[in-house]
Amino acid sequence: MIGIVRAVGAVGRNTREGIITLGFFFRFLLALLARSGAALRRPRLVFQQIHFIGNYSLVIIAVSGMFVGFVLGLQGYYTLNRYGAEEALGLLVALSLVRELGPVVTALLFAGRAGTSLTAEIGLMRAGEQLAAMEVMAVDPLRRVLVPRLWGGIIAMPLLAAVFSAVGVLGGWAVGVGMIGIDQGAFWSQMQNGVDVWADVANGVLKSVVFGVAVTLISLFEGYRASPTPEGVSRATTRTVVAGSLAVLGLDFLMTAIMFGG
Amino acid sequence: MASASSSTADAALRFEGVAVGYGDRTLLSGVDLHVGHGKVVAIMGGSGSGKTTLLRAATGQLRLKAGKVSVLGQDLGSSGSDGLFGLRKRMGVLFQQGALFTDLDVFENVAFPLREHTKMSETDIRERVLGKLEGVGLRAAAHLKTAELSGGMARRVALARAVVMNPELVLYDEPFAGLDPISLGVTAQLIRKMADELGCASVLITHDVDESFAIADYVYLVGRGGVVAHGVPADLSASDDPYVKQFLRGEPDGPVAFQYPETPDYLAWLARQQGGRR
Repeated sequence: MIGIVRAVGAVGRNTREGIITLGFFFRFLLALLARSGAALRRPRLVFQQIHFIGNYSLVIIAVSGMFVGFVLGLQGYYTLNRYGAEEALGLLVALSLVRELGPVVTALLFAGRAGTSLTAEIGLMRAGEQLAAMEVMAVDPLRRVLVPRLWGGIIAMPLLAAVFSAVGVLGGWAVGVGMIGIDQGAFWSQMQNGVDVWADVANGVLKSVVFGVAVTLISLFEGYRASPTPEGVSRATTRTVVAGSLAVLGLDFLMTAIMFGG
Repeated sequence: MASASSSTADAALRFEGVAVGYGDRTLLSGVDLHVGHGKVVAIMGGSGSGKTTLLRAATGQLRLKAGKVSVLGQDLGSSGSDGLFGLRKRMGVLFQQGALFTDLDVFENVAFPLREHTKMSETDIRERVLGKLEGVGLRAAAHLKTAELSGGMARRVALARAVVMNPELVLYDEPFAGLDPISLGVTAQLIRKMADELGCASVLITHDVDESFAIADYVYLVGRGGVVAHGVPADLSASDDPYVKQFLRGEPDGPVAFQYPETPDYLAWLARQQGGRR
């Protein structure tokens, strides 16, 4: 009986803590948005962050894009060949990447690479009293440190997703045209005719912007609320990967459903 | 209460009946202290006595449980966030570990407050920053990354950053902790030199007796939940108060017991431990 009471109590406690955390998360979002105007008046700080955050993830995203392109080329050919439609391989590879795999896989890799770096950086800045030092220097750390990183992440994500998709298309081309021997002209012309700028590319860009907001915000939030200890920072980076990845997959389902509905 | 300066009008920092603590726990209460302009005042006490908490109260990072803190003539409690930020621009704080920004090099760390709060030209910033770095003997280290600095060098860079805006009040949190004898002596002399040259009030939060007594104009000793003693260094050195004598001579036992006192929580834990082993 006591065990059941404790279990129910734990469920209630965890639910309450989850709701409180969600409340803090949205207050954190509003605080960053409220400070965005002042921070964006110093674009140099945002450009620096786009450069840093992009550099964190560029190599892993380009290499992953290439391998995903290779696999799409092979698997796509296997399926299309059954229906004699292997010339549509270019279209299949491009649509898969631009609409879905580019934004989603980029965001997942971003959470694991740049997201964890952001969390650890902010967490260690807190642990080393750097954020407190800024406050007593009359500098708002949210405006000076976190807002440029948020916008850096939001802008870097679609750029990285574009790199992922572009390299993936080249990977699909290398396998389809170079290895299997599909007609080069058909590969590119099918892609050119079948990919719509608004329905496909713009939707993909919109997804990656939303993922950029979600993953960067989660990374910063977890770093900002991390306990100022090695264990606290370690836990925060883990939470970034878990929460960031789940948020990406959940938001992807929602947005895909809405876009299909539209 | 006697203080570092007799007049209250010229106080750079003033505590009146202040109580501070965390949560339900009050660390210090009834604290009255006064720091005059241009004076070096040391606040001393053992580890955990609440010295750093007093510093946090002076910078407005901590809400008071009672009393009033005035900084540069303004009541911190009645200053809004804009007023607090305005006061902080006139203060410098040296953090215990330096708190240098790890993503910036030495020059940019010192230049940081100038870039944030002034519209000085790049030439003026370079001149001011290199001048402050020269003051702490690290002009030629301006290009180094913070990871390349020793503990003593990092403390000196942080000192240059704390005074780069020519503040009227500088607060030093454990400026001598973990320094080798040479760095310790250099840091102590720098603090005195800064106070004399800039005319700023300086507050040292420390437990290092020799160095503090050598440079301080006035000393407050905190412990046992409040200010235990205060006076000029010579008076405290001659004090017969058992607590003061124990602290200044570093005696292991006395009014501050060597053994951590037993608490109900400890006794309950001990009973559980003993019960579990049977």
